[in-house]
Amino acid sequence: MILDGKAPTGRIQDSWDNYRFELKLVNPANKRKYKVLVVGTGLAGASAAASLGELGYNVEAFCYQDSPRRAHSIAAQGGINAAKAYPNDGDSIYRLFYDTIKGGDFRAREADVWRLAQVSNNIIDQCVAQGVPFARDYAGYLDNRSFGGAQVSRTFYARGQTGQQLLLGAYSALSRQIKAGTVKMFPRTEMLDLVVVDGEAKGITIRDLVTGEVRCHTGDAVVLATGGYVNVFYLSTNAMGCSVTAIWKAHKKGAYLANPCYTQIHPTCIPQAGDYQSKLTLMSESLRNDGRCWVPKKKEDVNKRPGDIPEEDRDYYLERKYPSFGNLAPRDIASRAAKEQCDDERGVGPGGRGVYLDFAASIKRLGEDKIRERYGNLFEMYERITGEDGYKQPMRIYPAPHYSMGGLWVDYNLMSNVPGLFVLGEANFSVHGANRLGASALMQGLADGYFVIPYTIGGYLAQVKAPGKVKPDAAECVQSIKEVAATEEKYLSIGGKKTVTEFIRELGNVMWEDVGMARSKASLGHALQRIPAIREEFWKNVKVSGTGAEFNQQLENAGRTADFLEFAELLTRDALHREESCGGHFRVEHQYPDGEAKRDDANFCYAGAWEFKGVGKEPELHKEPLKFDNVHLAVRSYK
Amino acid sequence: MSNHTDHKTMTLKLVVWRQEGPDKPGRFEHYEAKGITEHHSFLEMLDVVNEDLIKAGKDPIAFDHDCREGICGMCSAVVNGVPHGGQKRTTLCQLHMRKFKDGDVIYLEPWRARAFPIIKDLVVSRGALDKLIQAAGHVGVHTGGVPDGNAILVSKIAADYAMDAAECIGCGACVAACPNGAAMLFAGAKVAQLAELPQGQVEAPERVAEMVRAMAENGFGNCSNHYECEAACPKGINVKFIARLNREFLKALVLEKVGAREKSAAGAGG
Repeated sequence: MILDGKAPTGRIQDSWDNYRFELKLVNPANKRKYKVLVVGTGLAGASAAASLGELGYNVEAFCYQDSPRRAHSIAAQGGINAAKAYPNDGDSIYRLFYDTIKGGDFRAREADVWRLAQVSNNIIDQCVAQGVPFARDYAGYLDNRSFGGAQVSRTFYARGQTGQQLLLGAYSALSRQIKAGTVKMFPRTEMLDLVVVDGEAKGITIRDLVTGEVRCHTGDAVVLATGGYVNVFYLSTNAMGCSVTAIWKAHKKGAYLANPCYTQIHPTCIPQAGDYQSKLTLMSESLRNDGRCWVPKKKEDVNKRPGDIPEEDRDYYLERKYPSFGNLAPRDIASRAAKEQCDDERGVGPGGRGVYLDFAASIKRLGEDKIRERYGNLFEMYERITGEDGYKQPMRIYPAPHYSMGGLWVDYNLMSNVPGLFVLGEANFSVHGANRLGASALMQGLADGYFVIPYTIGGYLAQVKAPGKVKPDAAECVQSIKEVAATEEKYLSIGGKKTVTEFIRELGNVMWEDVGMARSKASLGHALQRIPAIREEFWKNVKVSGTGAEFNQQLENAGRTADFLEFAELLTRDALHREESCGGHFRVEHQYPDGEAKRDDANFCYAGAWEFKGVGKEPELHKEPLKFDNVHLAVRSYK
Repeated sequence: MSNHTDHKTMTLKLVVWRQEGPDKPGRFEHYEAKGITEHHSFLEMLDVVNEDLIKAGKDPIAFDHDCREGICGMCSAVVNGVPHGGQKRTTLCQLHMRKFKDGDVIYLEPWRARAFPIIKDLVVSRGALDKLIQAAGHVGVHTGGVPDGNAILVSKIAADYAMDAAECIGCGACVAACPNGAAMLFAGAKVAQLAELPQGQVEAPERVAEMVRAMAENGFGNCSNHYECEAACPKGINVKFIARLNREFLKALVLEKVGAREKSAAGAGG
């Protein structure tokens, strides 16, 4: 089937304005008759719940953490892009649009990206008004910094904690609506099923993580803002609780999942230290402004102390391979280059999986104080984790899974193919194409929540003629609760020998080795054999103790792992079907002689949206062709 | 294969508060953490203990955690009497085992405060902090219809001061450390952030009055200048923000702004 993204036609500059005018409205007095369920309260979910509550809708919001303020948006360090052009350096909405399309390797829908660029400016204004303490210059004006993939300074920031400050802004707006009674908040609550009635999304089945109660909440629309899925690699920069569960449950109820193989591997993370490791910590890639990446030229030098390796025996591989961008090559390119060195057995540190990030030259040039002023908090963090002093010896870094560009397929309204099911932020597939640029995730989350969904959801709700019709006693709800409870009972009754963590770690290993930074037909085939085998063993040999009717973290993890074990197969199939390299998806068969990614626009210029056909069964592919009327398809080059 | 792999391992004795539920009696239980290296984070050490417990058919220790990079504020436990374990400006998830040595005895307890009822083991409910933000920790701005970000200038000094306050991660260590179970540092940080910025100044008197009322209502005590909060704070939030809260409150009283909003609303209604 050919999917229709419902993108408006005509001049792209007017597309969102015209479209907004044409959208149906819900009369203010009628809004309170509609109930919207918002799952996830990160940037996208919190801003959506707050904005919808303000408009007068009845909102119920859910998050698995103990407070909406803890969503993983909080961990974003660098900043948020906007096309304000305050520095007078030639930026514009058009340029932000262009950079995002190009950065995404031409795999995103033009109209959606245009809208993102257009509302980016409103986001900054909104956050300032909320009291977000953005960096300012001495005259009191907002300050900007530059970031990867752009030649202008358009990134707004709040020290190294921009995500935290923006999330706390959205959280404060949400809190205000909770107090006003328009939003009812359910923390420590996890969505475990989507309820579809007569083909439309009308509810969710949740588990109260404190009491274990499983129940249904019904409404007139469901909004998923549940983040990304890179914990499928087990070790990632995501929080421990980040999972694919909400979107996977929706997928199993009919929502198409698009481009799952587009995953972003971030180049500057602290390497794994041992098998017990639970997560990988990212350090802002701004470090690459002053740090030089190198590995020993000779394999026998990898165990030497870095200071004992003379200059001529060091390989500054990024400077060698990409003379014009050097250490500032984009994320996907820098990550792959690090992997190549380590595959060549020239990596350093535990397991030979690390490269040096060396500040010695910069310290010599600028002085240690200057480096401390720029990156002091990162050096502190590095020392806390590794026990090593980055001023005295080079840091060790290695790439780590960081962000998922793929997600549930949505049309221009951010509505999935299941009517009434809306998907925002990282959970959808929409604007980043095959690769996300730095400082664009925060922009998308808040654009979707503050400035898109408040308009587009009205267009859907206006044609829902009997709001509140589906109640939690509906047959579909009763059935859903029964299924969720039965699955829970299954986990608890297996009584096997391996812990949940052992299974997710095993799956993560396969995904990282076979479906990570470089993928081949053979590695993907291997993964497609291993994943079902691990899944099968999980259902025979997992050990989950305790009961369902209590606070039970093992049970929570079992559910998330079970979903990853199904989802991993889809991600791998998508990677296998996409016989090209683009953005975060690199197929070794498809590269230029110099190792650069080779896109195939003739055959793969589409979003691939998969329809669920059963666990372990071949899913069905639906294509949404991508048209580029405003930006010409071109090969990305950073040489 | 490298100079980083051959770690010596440690064995530690853990004495952990176990409590099945809010209304159940609690007790200390003894465990051993074996094979721990200096590179384990504190929570990874607990993961190791829990994996052993699960395999032995025992109930693992429940503890809160999420980002494990020191920013979400979810992790929370008192280590040897000190919230987050006492390393300066460090959350429990960022504390690493190189700060301990082989054979150490480690006492682990939940946040203990009247406003934070225990859910299970080391997990407490911190909903009372959310209630403070709901009561007054915001600017009353709607989505849309706001001026350009540069329309109201903010001095760099004010922005930096607001940012110092805004770094709070809402973990609640300040409350757990305070002998009075006060949330003055948490509340003060929010009041100060918003009172310092022009965008928050319009509502500053009502905000501080409401915040003070909400603290009492949600079971928090008052500040008596122990400064344990600042010492325990993993973000180093300064107690000067408590002084700012007090100052803002006095200002609101003197200006007769406490309750002014209600009076104004009543007048309009008449």
